[in-house]
Amino acid sequence: MQFLQHAQAMVALPEMVLAGLAMALLMFGVFRRDDANDAVTIGALVALAAAAVLVMTGSDGKGFGEAFINDSFARVMKLFTLFGSAVAVVLSVHFLKREKSARFEYPVLVLLATTGMMMMISANSLIALYMGLELQSLALYVVAAFNRDSARSSEAGLKYFVLGALSSGMLLYGASLIYGFTGTVSFTGIAQAIATNGAGIGVIFGIVFVIAGLAFKVSAVPFHMWTPDVYEGAPTPITAFFASAPKLAAMALFTRVMMQPFAAATAEWQQVLVFISIASMALGAFAAIGQTNIKRLLAYSSIGHMGYVLLGLAAGTLEGVRGVAIYMMIYLITTLGSFACVIAMRRQGRQVEEIADLAGLARTDRGLAFVLAMLMFSLAGIPPLAGFFAKLFIFLAAVKTGLFILAIIGVVTSVVGAYYYLRIVKLMYFDEPAEAFDPMDGEVKLVAYAAGAFTLLFVLIANPLLNLALTAAQAFAAP
Amino acid sequence: MAAAFFFYLFSALATASAVMVISSRNPVHSVLFLILCFFNAAGLFILLGAEFLAMILVVVYVGAVAVLFLFVVMMLDVDFTELRQGMLNYMPVGGTIGLIVLLELALVAGSWIIDPGSLKSAASPMPTDVTNTEALGRILYTDYIYYFQAAGLVLLVAMIGAIVLTLRHKQGIKRQVIADQVARGPATAIEIRKVKPGQGI
Repeated sequence: MQFLQHAQAMVALPEMVLAGLAMALLMFGVFRRDDANDAVTIGALVALAAAAVLVMTGSDGKGFGEAFINDSFARVMKLFTLFGSAVAVVLSVHFLKREKSARFEYPVLVLLATTGMMMMISANSLIALYMGLELQSLALYVVAAFNRDSARSSEAGLKYFVLGALSSGMLLYGASLIYGFTGTVSFTGIAQAIATNGAGIGVIFGIVFVIAGLAFKVSAVPFHMWTPDVYEGAPTPITAFFASAPKLAAMALFTRVMMQPFAAATAEWQQVLVFISIASMALGAFAAIGQTNIKRLLAYSSIGHMGYVLLGLAAGTLEGVRGVAIYMMIYLITTLGSFACVIAMRRQGRQVEEIADLAGLARTDRGLAFVLAMLMFSLAGIPPLAGFFAKLFIFLAAVKTGLFILAIIGVVTSVVGAYYYLRIVKLMYFDEPAEAFDPMDGEVKLVAYAAGAFTLLFVLIANPLLNLALTAAQAFAAP
Repeated sequence: MAAAFFFYLFSALATASAVMVISSRNPVHSVLFLILCFFNAAGLFILLGAEFLAMILVVVYVGAVAVLFLFVVMMLDVDFTELRQGMLNYMPVGGTIGLIVLLELALVAGSWIIDPGSLKSAASPMPTDVTNTEALGRILYTDYIYYFQAAGLVLLVAMIGAIVLTLRHKQGIKRQVIADQVARGPATAIEIRKVKPGQGI
């Protein structure tokens, strides 16, 4: 125990508790004779809540010889990650049972993936970064293929796994170059090395490869190819999980890597991020137009949204980081709500996923149609909904650093993107009604309505969230 | 003198068994020669003072990988004579690649001879007072405990994943439950019936 104190292991208490509870639940599920699914699900929610409490009460600082860092940014991001994972677990309860793929391993894998995400958010060295990323990704590959009797789900898992392995390879190659040229894996050490010696060609090569690996995880163009297929193939609540917490964690990691170790090389990585950002925004706007499957549509929409977030990150300022934090919070909640609506699309006991199935929803289910319309308006960025403010802070940060063209492209693509969001609203309100959907499960209804209320009433609760994002961004203020 | 003798012994045996791996007719013999090759390589590591690598080589490669090969060779019906038919055709390409690798190795070794200082510029200096197993053990569970435990979690997820995606509980299979067998006593196992004379049960 003494060496744990020596290593200042207490900063990682939430992660340790989460991993320990995940293993305990795994043992419980394995050794309980009868169906342990419900008990493990409740246990997983309790574990996530316990971790959230520990995150809130925990202390800042570095542990394990600088491998692990806890600061205000990490804490805020971890809270939202835990929230996203918990909602994803809640959404899956009835869905997986109906699909006959409810097994107790799912909540356990979500817990372990969440542990990985928290490790990513708190990573302060290249090895810690890779370990967290791999723990999260490996669990996600497994849950993508969770419905193993479905060929599409297996294909999604395999595709995600192969492409993910490729991206891990690129990330590791970049990390090895950075280690070779700076002589250290610690973020603090890398920042010092770049600040004193400047970013040589080797370091820049490494940075580009690390960016490629991270861009894959947030599914930014040109590393987005897996997203539509995996989103479509995986069971819907699991897609909801993919689109929410892991994206937020990967973006938090992206922000930390850009803002801390490579802060002195901002001019170099800015060009790369500007390109990725423009490409993602454009592809997200144009490729989504032709989609007929709503999960594929949301996949392209999420690619586009990652473009906007990277626009804020490309600014490379504290304001940009604040924009990233606000955007990710709003994106997380809106996405979870949208996927809750997709889960509610069920006719005669079977899931339907075509956009055309939403036709005339306003006349068969007024409440769901209104909520989905609000979420779509918010994703399109129409004031006074939450999504508008998300984009506003991003564009403000970009304009203040002189990225005018980028901001203009962002506004143009968001107008293009508005077309397909509004098409859904038009379909629901003005088309001839199709057959009504089955009644929603209680928890799905709760998530959808709560997300709808959040986007609608964001103006009223904006201040605390903006302050939260500001404290998060302060973590990167120059000491 | 003894070191030189053992060096030539191990390297000659390693080379010879490597040749035998690709030239022996029986694939099981090939795998056994591969194991011999690994043992000789481990011997070379010990001569270099890298006893930890030697142990890992034996434990991982001989203990796991080679045994896995052996299983694959014995369980799967692979026709090795057919596989080996085009060997002479591929010889020039294979030989060229082998030559290139040899040249690259010579270049690496050559740079040490030209600039002996390059060996000393390694990020972590070689510990002199302890064996390298001890040196690794000293930091693996203290400075690197976080990475070590994280790697453990990654392996746990891999294991859960393999089980979740492949294990199927088949219905209607009789399984041996030893506890049930042990718990079986005369009261549950024997039934006493009165049989009337001249009749069956």
